[in-house]
Amino acid sequence: MVIAELRNVTKRFGPVTALAGVDLEIARGQLLALLGPNGAGKTTAVRLLLGLSTPDSGAARVFGREPRERAARMRIGAMLQVGRVPETLRVSEHIRLFSSYYAKPLPFEETVALAGLEGIERRLFGKLSGGQQQRVLFALAVCGNPDILVLDEPTAGLDVDSRRALWRHIRAFVARGGSVLLTTHYLEEADALADRIVVLNHGRIAAAGTSSEVRQRAAARKIRCITALEEPEIAAMAERVSVRRDGLFTEIVATDSDGMVRRLLARDPDARDLEITSAGLEEAFLAITEAKS
Amino acid sequence: MMKAIWMEIQCEFLSRLRTPRYSIPVLSFPLMFYLFFGVILQNGKLGGVTPAVYVMCTMASMGVMFAPLTGLGAGIAAERGLGWMEVKRASPMPPIGWFLAKFCGGMAFSAIVIAALFLMAATLGGVRMPAAQWATLGGALMAGAVPFCVLGFVLGYLVTASAAPAVINLVAMPMAFFSGIWVPVQFLPHFVRSIAGFLPEYHVAEMSETLAGATGHGSVMSHAQALIGLTIVFVAAARIVWRRDEGRVHAG
Repeated sequence: MVIAELRNVTKRFGPVTALAGVDLEIARGQLLALLGPNGAGKTTAVRLLLGLSTPDSGAARVFGREPRERAARMRIGAMLQVGRVPETLRVSEHIRLFSSYYAKPLPFEETVALAGLEGIERRLFGKLSGGQQQRVLFALAVCGNPDILVLDEPTAGLDVDSRRALWRHIRAFVARGGSVLLTTHYLEEADALADRIVVLNHGRIAAAGTSSEVRQRAAARKIRCITALEEPEIAAMAERVSVRRDGLFTEIVATDSDGMVRRLLARDPDARDLEITSAGLEEAFLAITEAKS
Repeated sequence: MMKAIWMEIQCEFLSRLRTPRYSIPVLSFPLMFYLFFGVILQNGKLGGVTPAVYVMCTMASMGVMFAPLTGLGAGIAAERGLGWMEVKRASPMPPIGWFLAKFCGGMAFSAIVIAALFLMAATLGGVRMPAAQWATLGGALMAGAVPFCVLGFVLGYLVTASAAPAVINLVAMPMAFFSGIWVPVQFLPHFVRSIAGFLPEYHVAEMSETLAGATGHGSVMSHAQALIGLTIVFVAAARIVWRRDEGRVHAG
């Protein structure tokens, strides 16, 4: 069951098209990671789903409602990239304030436990470490007992330990039956958490797949060489391969790069200037999408 | 809902109390000027009353302008600029609670300025008035803070956090001058007086001076009406900036 979605959404900022005809669906109980580099349109997608901005065309829906309706917001928890939070309030005050916005908030102690804030409830926000501050923001997102969490780069700027701690809390939320939309530019993070990954680039969906597909594809390698073989011939040599010409060179992205090289050399013993590198994320995804089309 | 409003007000006050460095300058300037011009320069009469009474009114008028403009204007600009307001708007926060919290903060701040000035006037300034007159004057000044709370909200939405303190001074200082706070209006050129009628500060100052027994321009009622009219204009402006902000976004 789809609980939140973007339907053919386009959003422009002056000459910049942040999102171009994007469809996105988040199902109940799913953890969907929106993966992409900076400026890909991830934050725009998040803001549209939270009703903080409106699409130029297409629609954003949460539980079938306009995201800015209060009834929709009652069921969403959001964690945004914030410059600074009022530092002169205590952790407990922030949590109690946000809890008061919701009709059926979690008990205070449960929120504290869900975000791992035990022992620092009385501290002023300004006196917390970066990781603790992010966990407070996470607490504010979960305190209303929402059905879906929208997390915009929740671990940006955190050290490895803080990142893993936050991952644990995100997983705990999903284990309780919640759904999550998370943006990140770390493949590792998407892989560690998500059931489904959507790759966004230049405002378009570059690829979408399950995390196991991504894991597999992330292992893909790029083979670059000069060969007399034609592209379709190479593409037919293995499953999930993408081929493109780059001047004199041919670039092949394949999961089984060793097998690919053997087959290539068997067909064209004169192939030369062979170079094998690990494929970038985008290239890895290209292999998926081309195999599907 | 009631709980959310109450919590919001509580947090606003706690936050303010914990950052006195923002409140103390706003509070101390009117008191300092009162000490100079109302207590030390105790010569002659202004509008038929002693400087101790007259300057108490002008400084209180200035206080109810600066306290809400700084408290709401700079405070809101800061919260918006840092993206904190976005987090609140993404939540089911009832905006009314937030408005009320900011409003109560601005009013409380104004009340403190008025009370401190009254206390100083009654002790150092030797001002004597019947209790009812003190109360009426205090009430009128508090009412005078209302349009400035709304104006502070508008400014908070129009300017960036870094520009807010400067812009607030650029709005408030000339407004004080044209309203006769630094120099009584009758000593100002005629064209200034025609501008003054459009300034809330002028009406607050004139209204309070009249209530304190000075011979002012126009009746208390006419000033009250002007203040209500200006408040309505500011509320309309506030609605526009709040709505406009709802559609504004940053690419990313």
